[in-house]
Amino acid sequence: MSINYSERIPNNVDLANDRTLQRALEHWQPRFLQWWKEMGPHDSARADVYLRTAVGVDAQGWASYGAVKMPDYRWGIFLADQIPDRTIGFGDHFGEPVWQHVPGELRSQFRRIIVTQGDTEPASVEQQQRLGLTCPSLYDLRNLFQVNVEEGRHLWAMVYLLHAHFGRDGREEAEELLARHSGDVDKPRILGTFNEPISDWLSFFMFTYFTDRDGKFQLKSLAESGFDPLARTCHFMLTEEAHHMFVGETGVGRVVKRTLEVMKEIGSDDPVAVRNRGAVDLPTIQRYMNFWFTSSLDLFGSEVSSNAASSFANGIKGRPDETQYEDHVCSDAAYELETPQGRESVSLRNAMNEVMRGSYIKDCELGLKRWNMAIQRAGYDARLSLPSARFRRSIGAWVNVPTDPAGQPVSRDEYERRMPEWIPGESDRAFVHSLMQRVVEPGKMAGWIAPPDRGVNNLPVDYEYVKLN
Amino acid sequence: MSAVLEDKAGAQPPTTYDTQPDRYVHWRLSIDGETATLSMDVNEDKGLKPGYKLKLNSYDLGVDIELYDALNRIRFEHPQVKCVVITSAKERMFCSGANIYMLGLSSHAWKVNFCKFTNETRNGIEDSSRHDGLKFLAAVNGTVAGGGYELALACDEILMIDDRSSTVSLPEVPLLGVLPGTGGLTRLTDKRKVRRDLADVFCSTSEGVRADRAKQWKLVDEVAKPQQFGDAIKARVAALVAQSGRAGSGKGIALAPLSRMIDGAGYHYSHVDVGIDRNARTATITVSAPEAAQPKDLPGIHATGAQWWPLMMARELDDAILMLRTNDLDIGMWILQTRGTADEVLSCDATMKDLADNWFVRETLGMLRRALARLDVSSRTLFAIVDAQSCFAGTLAEFLLAADRSFMLQTPDDEAQAPAIVLTDMNFGTLPMVNGVSRLANRFCNEPQPVADARAQIGNKIGADAALALGLVTFAPDDIDWSEEVRLAIEERTSLSPDALTGLEANLRFTGPETMETRIFARLSAWQNWIFNRPNAVGEKGALKVFGTGSKPKFNWERV
Repeated sequence: MSINYSERIPNNVDLANDRTLQRALEHWQPRFLQWWKEMGPHDSARADVYLRTAVGVDAQGWASYGAVKMPDYRWGIFLADQIPDRTIGFGDHFGEPVWQHVPGELRSQFRRIIVTQGDTEPASVEQQQRLGLTCPSLYDLRNLFQVNVEEGRHLWAMVYLLHAHFGRDGREEAEELLARHSGDVDKPRILGTFNEPISDWLSFFMFTYFTDRDGKFQLKSLAESGFDPLARTCHFMLTEEAHHMFVGETGVGRVVKRTLEVMKEIGSDDPVAVRNRGAVDLPTIQRYMNFWFTSSLDLFGSEVSSNAASSFANGIKGRPDETQYEDHVCSDAAYELETPQGRESVSLRNAMNEVMRGSYIKDCELGLKRWNMAIQRAGYDARLSLPSARFRRSIGAWVNVPTDPAGQPVSRDEYERRMPEWIPGESDRAFVHSLMQRVVEPGKMAGWIAPPDRGVNNLPVDYEYVKLN
Repeated sequence: MSAVLEDKAGAQPPTTYDTQPDRYVHWRLSIDGETATLSMDVNEDKGLKPGYKLKLNSYDLGVDIELYDALNRIRFEHPQVKCVVITSAKERMFCSGANIYMLGLSSHAWKVNFCKFTNETRNGIEDSSRHDGLKFLAAVNGTVAGGGYELALACDEILMIDDRSSTVSLPEVPLLGVLPGTGGLTRLTDKRKVRRDLADVFCSTSEGVRADRAKQWKLVDEVAKPQQFGDAIKARVAALVAQSGRAGSGKGIALAPLSRMIDGAGYHYSHVDVGIDRNARTATITVSAPEAAQPKDLPGIHATGAQWWPLMMARELDDAILMLRTNDLDIGMWILQTRGTADEVLSCDATMKDLADNWFVRETLGMLRRALARLDVSSRTLFAIVDAQSCFAGTLAEFLLAADRSFMLQTPDDEAQAPAIVLTDMNFGTLPMVNGVSRLANRFCNEPQPVADARAQIGNKIGADAALALGLVTFAPDDIDWSEEVRLAIEERTSLSPDALTGLEANLRFTGPETMETRIFARLSAWQNWIFNRPNAVGEKGALKVFGTGSKPKFNWERV
């Protein structure tokens, strides 16, 4: 299949003159389209969707809007503009010029990190495959599809790096990214969390708020990388990732807003009464939050990690916003860690996962402040809160240490008995699923979610963002 | 980093190899008819020494002690088992090999001793398959790296899960700057016939290869998708059971804990005694013939069980060797003595020969074979002393043949005091060394004539002159010179460089053609031990030392 590259694949990597990339993409691109057909959003191929397409990296270029059928979406390849004379900002190579090619000795480490990041992108598209069937509005459906095509483009971004810099191995890994499927018992996605289907929209908003935020922090740390093409790729991906955070934050916010409206209408915060009126009660929202926050925390890895130390030392992966720190080498610095056995001092380099997790938790707090403000304004004392980072962990020092959401140790028995109070149980999920009825009339919202404050790209909320055809 | 691990018995109690299934913390042994399943489930907080966590199903000596014990339980306590499945109880992780932090914290001697023991356990797996028909399947249900893959390599077949993520690798060279030291390099080529350029690529690729390529490169025998993995195990087990020559049935033989007493003088067992002279840096290992008549028929032998002399002696010897190797590094010479009545040993040898088809007799011979093989690869000088009370007959004559040198007493004036050596069939191939030949043939560098001359003397009492003439002993001082000659020889020997002696002995002990095992103990171990001593591995900035800190090793680039 011959491809008119500059037409089909918007890019700023001179694809038209790069034979290596062309050869790789000739093979890969049809497979990607096939994958999208099989694993992409269910029953959506004919719909015209009002989507943003990146056609350049400048202010005009990255957000060009228009109605498009998703299989015809122009997934592009973009690197943020090169910073002249950029030097490596951390680790043992601090101050040396950044690498334009992968150093041979770090090749496999870089490849592994790119593959692991890349694997999450199509995985989330697969996890969300059937969500469109229960969308609460056309506005939300369009946002879901926007997130999906951008995850697709992020896959392209990682595949570009594999194709351009990792030779035959890179091409093979790129194919494997399409061969593994979320939840497939025989060939699961690499990270456990990405094998769980996302079957309701409350989970989708939580996922985009909490789990995609992990992605944001991973990308921020890779945007610091000494391997310049990786840094520039991730830098550009972050602009799109910001939209996913927006979908998550406003999504949860609108659910809370609707709940508060119902509470006001019935003059009660009784969860049963709230549910009877078709809204999601605050305790259930809290339980969903507990679930998604804790499983996202695990994605950062163990508190003490030799891989994290090696990635930092070798200039592969820095801390998010590395410039805000004073010491960029951290060869002798220590980090105080809280473990079930008490405080423990470890090498800072080994604790980089924990440093990143700390920044992530702070970032997560911001949305909660806004949601709680809304609850306060509505005159209720209840507050949503993040559970302790010790709660329900399946990686690191707090594995197998039963605690309540506040992080206080409890007996194994109590832990198991009270779990349905803390994370969604069968009845919660059944209830939330019962709310998931498809609403596709322009401007109309499902009863459990408030309309957004404004539409997309200055269009009205009741614009027909998706023509289902 | 904390201090180097203690090797020496001192303030701390000695390391022992005692365990039993109800005390396992790292393995689960389950028996289902003809199949035994050994599931690795390493408890990361239960390392043998402080200072490291056994993450990702990585192992230290403690984990391997349990594996060794479990194998012996299967051999003796579960005679009906024909196939052993080695797998992991962890999700998507079979075994990540020896724990690197443990290696980084360990002294050179601890590392070498650890590797030797793990090598012997893996050789023991192949030994049981080859001699006793016990077949092994590695059911690799997740990622496998380094020593984990080497464990799989020791099995008859490797079945690997194909989930598009799990990989097999030998990352020692690129990641740690050392070799896969538990037979990995050797088994790739000698056993699995992996082409050497592919082996080169494989061993220098830290992330390894996924199942499809592993199959293509012959690194594994079969691959199966996760949903078919259980059925694939069943199919492979059925095939291996069909190949098994094991025909045990009925009740197994319970391996009761050894009765061992440890005191300042050494280690004391019922048939084996180890007397340690710390000033002289020698240990006298005295092995005794049975004191009472041993049963001659199968019901009698089975009823005697673990108390049966050949088995009990072999287990005690095995334990004594391990104790000395691990806890008494500076005891550089082991003086081998025997005591008791030759007739009892000869009678036992005859019984074993007659009943060699029985599973229990076979397993007992296997235990003897492997314990004696441990002696051959111990880095200690072995001198055998054939004195007036000695009993170097049949099985016990193997100690004489294993020795680097031997001294036999002559008593020209007192015929009654003169010791004699007696050879039996046991000395002509029943208990081969790891190079596949008997200690007697190995002694004569596989020259046929001296072996034939010795064979002609089977059953005869061989006095000192004849023993000298046959080449069975090194020296035969008379009773006037005896004690001074022996004392001088020992004192002279123990004054020589321990490193040079280890090298000398290891070279001379194995004559003739190489086998996979001798290549593992010689070529692979010797290179590994050289690398283990080099600054590029263990210096301040060596690869093993900096592993996990994130810092890159600093190499001296000179090729030596």
